[in-house]
Amino acid sequence: MADLIKRNKALSVMPLKVSAPLGGALAILGLHRAIPMLHGSQGCTAFAKVMSVRHFREPIPLQTTAMDQVGTVMGADDYIIEGLKTICEKNRPDCIGLLTTGLSETQGTDILRSVKDFRLQYPEYESVAVVAVNTPDFNGGLESGFAATITAVIDQLVPNRNESGTEPGRRRRQLNVLVSSALTPGDIEALRELIESFELRPLILPDLADSLDGHLPENDFNPLTIGGTSVSELALMGDSVATLVIGPSLYTAAQRLYDKTGVPNYYFDSLLGLAATDALVNTLSNLAERPVPVRLERQRSQLQDAMLDCHFMLGQQRVAIAAEPDEILAMSRFLQAQGAEVVAAVSSSRGPALESVPLKTVKIGDLEDLQQLAESSGAQLLMGNSHLSSVAQLTGLPLQRMGFPQYDLLGGYQRVWIGYRGARQLLFDLANLVLGEHAHHEVKPYRSRLSPRPLDEAATAGDCHGHATATARA
Amino acid sequence: MQPKDIAALLDEPACAHNHKEKSGCAKPKPGATAGGCAFDGAQIALLPIADVAHIVHGPIACAGSSWDNRGTRSSGPSLYKIGMTTDLTEQDIIMGRGEKRLLHSIKQAVDSYSPAAVFVYNTCVPALIGDDVDAVCKAAGEKFGVPVVPVDCAGFYGTKNLGNRIAGEAMVKYVIGTREPEPVGDELAAGRTIHDICLIGEYNIAGELWHVTPLFDELGLRVLASLSGDSRFHEIQTMHRSRANMMVCSKAMINVARKLQEKYQTPWFEGSFYGVRDTSHALREFARLLGDEVLARRTELVIAREEARIDALLEPWRERLRGKRALLYTGGVKSWSVISALQDLGMDVVATGTKKSTEEDKARIRELMGEEARMIEDGSPRALLDTVRDYQVDVLIAGGRNMYTALKARVPFLDINQEREYAYAGYEGMQELARQLTRTIESPVWDAVRTPAPWQGGR
Repeated sequence: MADLIKRNKALSVMPLKVSAPLGGALAILGLHRAIPMLHGSQGCTAFAKVMSVRHFREPIPLQTTAMDQVGTVMGADDYIIEGLKTICEKNRPDCIGLLTTGLSETQGTDILRSVKDFRLQYPEYESVAVVAVNTPDFNGGLESGFAATITAVIDQLVPNRNESGTEPGRRRRQLNVLVSSALTPGDIEALRELIESFELRPLILPDLADSLDGHLPENDFNPLTIGGTSVSELALMGDSVATLVIGPSLYTAAQRLYDKTGVPNYYFDSLLGLAATDALVNTLSNLAERPVPVRLERQRSQLQDAMLDCHFMLGQQRVAIAAEPDEILAMSRFLQAQGAEVVAAVSSSRGPALESVPLKTVKIGDLEDLQQLAESSGAQLLMGNSHLSSVAQLTGLPLQRMGFPQYDLLGGYQRVWIGYRGARQLLFDLANLVLGEHAHHEVKPYRSRLSPRPLDEAATAGDCHGHATATARA
Repeated sequence: MQPKDIAALLDEPACAHNHKEKSGCAKPKPGATAGGCAFDGAQIALLPIADVAHIVHGPIACAGSSWDNRGTRSSGPSLYKIGMTTDLTEQDIIMGRGEKRLLHSIKQAVDSYSPAAVFVYNTCVPALIGDDVDAVCKAAGEKFGVPVVPVDCAGFYGTKNLGNRIAGEAMVKYVIGTREPEPVGDELAAGRTIHDICLIGEYNIAGELWHVTPLFDELGLRVLASLSGDSRFHEIQTMHRSRANMMVCSKAMINVARKLQEKYQTPWFEGSFYGVRDTSHALREFARLLGDEVLARRTELVIAREEARIDALLEPWRERLRGKRALLYTGGVKSWSVISALQDLGMDVVATGTKKSTEEDKARIRELMGEEARMIEDGSPRALLDTVRDYQVDVLIAGGRNMYTALKARVPFLDINQEREYAYAGYEGMQELARQLTRTIESPVWDAVRTPAPWQGGR
């Protein structure tokens, strides 16, 4: 277990952390015909929206209760009720995610009670599911907000087996899959294909691959999510054969799902790299009672081949990483399995994954911390979100972008990291970054004093460099 | 901030909205609101001051989701780009440690980055628990020997627009008038009379201010400060010595222009650098306000030269854009200032959004587009797309928020607001505007995304 080094300065400089309500909103965006609403001032929503739009390059449904001065001082329960009503009236969604913020939590809101009041006042909107989650900005970050919201979805929308009469394994080919915020829509899409190749039917929560994969739908405007886990299917989770849980941040949510449904859990810290993917494929093969498809065996051997090709570049490479806890765990194991060293790790906040990270220390901090750690530890490669581009500039190190947000890179949201193929591509990309850097570290030419050559040798002789040829031609 | 202070900021005698029943600052509706908060507005207004440490006092959401998020450019320091926040935790809030953390934060910023000044943005949570930010800033300023300016802009105070005014108010109250400008040397003046001017509400998005500043130099107009594009703290301090102020393309900081007139008798005008006509108009207005005959004559010469030059450069673009139909949806002043730019390119503006426009803005729109100009109050995506369809619009020109609305509806789009990456101001900017318009309108991708696949029977 890694030692966690707490924040030891007053000011956070170049913040890494993304707020918990934004994580919660992302989780809701993985439900079909859904919209998150943040209970806070309108800026809470505006900032979260702009950030998400820049990352996904998609319209993002996100509303606000628009707390003003009166509501902040006198109580804003009415704002919640009015907000829910307005959205129901205008868009008739399947689900609204009601998420608190720093402002409403400091004020002391009781969202569950407000949702009850809404139900009493507007019984006509009974069919609209409302998930209420406490996600104060001053606690945790993107990953924990996301996880809390998935827990709340399970708590509030998945029925108990003794009430609904669900039976584990009744749907013999159906599999629940809980995916943490560390997986991209591209990952989830790849995961679905992988599971389907075993003739299993995955019920993925939240299915961001269906809602935020960046596709062009038929109709010109949609005020709600255009895909995702359908709310009605949540009631069927209790009939599945098993639940796969990806990412330690969701282990609590998975336990809750088990308590309600009795469907057994299979835990996966990550799906990054050979060993992690092997564990998944092996589990799927056992659950499905099917042999591993030949195609997968082939992909596995392709990854092994790439590991051989890339170990020259990545062995002993010193990597500095700044990310969410699940991502740090996954990436540290992946890099170590390739012979690379994680010499600096900064996590935006605490998370259960950090307990298992195979490093001496993890710093809870910001990107100023990362920059200092990277410099003092002699890091050669940076990994993290788009905010790291400033650290990359300051340190002159190459950057592999990962995580959220990625606003200076197109298609970051659809990159596939998981599985044999994802790992292979990642190896190639990292190795290429290292190759690109290698040119800066070549041996400096030595000119022997004992056999002197003309000083302007390069400019006059038929050197292989472009400018020499140009001079000769001139 | 006390309710009466907020009321005083909302009551803006120089703003035409003030006399209307429905003010520009109407209460937002829960569940149906778009747009930023007061903190957002204040930060946009001041962040471009490049050598200042901008500290956001609050939990992570306020700075975490907004730092490194603006298209504004600096010709020198890049301190403004480094996000700083007290990142308040639950313990800070419960135990009341916010003020202490803020004081240490200011010290840390001063020690590590030696800023020209520190601006502290107060946000919702510390405002609610009653952190005395003014007192902390005062104490810190005295202790660390650096100006520390409180900007009390909690999000729940109101809209982005209010935040702009709060920011302007903070500059008037704490910064402007605290230093005298350096005299201009004879060598630089080169025999001309040098006039000091200021720009208010110009943010140097994508560096567009630099399309205009060479002309000011040529005319002998010294920009003491721009509030706040590519400016420095010591420049803002001298704004009281300006002889003429221009409120650029936004009513957001109208309170600054008005107060500088009240306090220092500086005349001001409202103008825009979008379009050939408006740029020329702005230059003439400066000459008029400064009351300098020689300057006025030289201004006419420069205008004539620049207009002729840009006219020749724009001609090939006009051939490609002539008759193209544009729908413009943007706030306030831009609802008319961009119209003239588009008309200068030979385009046909079929409708413009007027949700945030004043009666005065609307009068100008009618002047430009004729009496039957179509004005759109409802800026919802649905309403915009319906207008696009009804009027067979070739391009939607709006803020970044509407970009994906347009793209999903397979409509060509041009981003005209804060986040854009291209510089459209001044005579030079017109070429860029034309280039970007043709880039989207003439793109071959529209056919590709509108045509059904060969095996589909058509939509």
